[in-house]
Amino acid sequence: MELKNAVAGTLESGDIMVRIEPSDGGLQIGLESPVKAKFGRQIESLIRETLGSLGIENAKVEAIDKGALDCTIRARVTAAAVRASGKDVWKD
Amino acid sequence: MMFVPGNNPGMMADAHIYGPDSIMLDLEDSVTMAEKDSARLLVYNALKSIDYGGCEMVVRINPLSTPYGRKDVEAVVKAGVDVIRMPKTETADEVRELEAEILKVENEIGCPGRTLIMAAIESALGVVNAYAIATASKRMMGIALGAEDYSANLKTQRTRGGAELLLARESIVVAARAAGIACFDTVFSNLDDMESFRKETELIKSLGFDGKSIINPRQIEVVNEVFTPSEKDILKARTIIAAIREAKAKGSGVIAVNGKMVDRPVVLRAERTIALAVAAGILPKEEQI
Repeated sequence: MELKNAVAGTLESGDIMVRIEPSDGGLQIGLESPVKAKFGRQIESLIRETLGSLGIENAKVEAIDKGALDCTIRARVTAAAVRASGKDVWKD
Repeated sequence: MMFVPGNNPGMMADAHIYGPDSIMLDLEDSVTMAEKDSARLLVYNALKSIDYGGCEMVVRINPLSTPYGRKDVEAVVKAGVDVIRMPKTETADEVRELEAEILKVENEIGCPGRTLIMAAIESALGVVNAYAIATASKRMMGIALGAEDYSANLKTQRTRGGAELLLARESIVVAARAAGIACFDTVFSNLDDMESFRKETELIKSLGFDGKSIINPRQIEVVNEVFTPSEKDILKARTIIAAIREAKAKGSGVIAVNGKMVDRPVVLRAERTIALAVAAGILPKEEQI
């Protein structure tokens, strides 16, 4: 799937900012989070799972977490992925 | 009904903690055009995942005439929202158009008839058509005044006393009562003027509204205080209901309580007092008539 650079989310408390860029080497995920030590693996897994469900297997992802709930992470990753791929998440 | 911007996940996660009767997640005016897609996904995922503890969940969508409205309907119906709030409603046809759109999505996911509609009336034409709007669909659960757009449409501005809103408020209450649905007043935006907010809430309660829209948790307490019946009101209502039950059992018609005649309107008011007290949690549900 062809991607372009895209970003979604904010740096406000309870949110997460997700930046997606094209890449050829699988999913490379960079994460900044105040809870990285405890929940970093879980957040990365959620990002991976969300992108996988949208058929995105190659991308560079930078996520700056500000204490987002799982549903917010899923929403912001999906929004960034939709913007990067041009895919209509409700139809495709 | 507490308004919460649909693009603010922190506020969306905490909204129910303050105990509003309903939460309205907003996809319309509080979300910029560039963020409509992202906010829609946030609201969808929040509705699917966050336990709002039985709080009634409402989403204000964008008008169907915009590129966002139909996608909003699809997302929130699929997420299982209780009520869709339709902004800037002016005609019954607009309600029927929304109803058809909702049904299309409900049929797709196998739950026809699940989603209710609330119409916001925000223009002179909307006020003129209030009853037609209120009766346009069996899904209509309420109509609400949106005063900022309405005042602009009237070519005036909002004042502290609210004289410019009186006809609209009365028209909306009358239309809602005639249609047998609920009615909700507009927001009060000045959070530093709680005294005027209380006065406005007392005014709209006396006009007959069922509730008020709010923009901050600080306003919940005032609305609850104004709408919750006093101990004196509850005692009076219980006395009237007990007297009428006794009279019915004896087969007598008109009765008097404390020297005043008790007829049907008095009984209806007493029943509403009990219903409000039950809704406010100060009487047990078993007392609901």
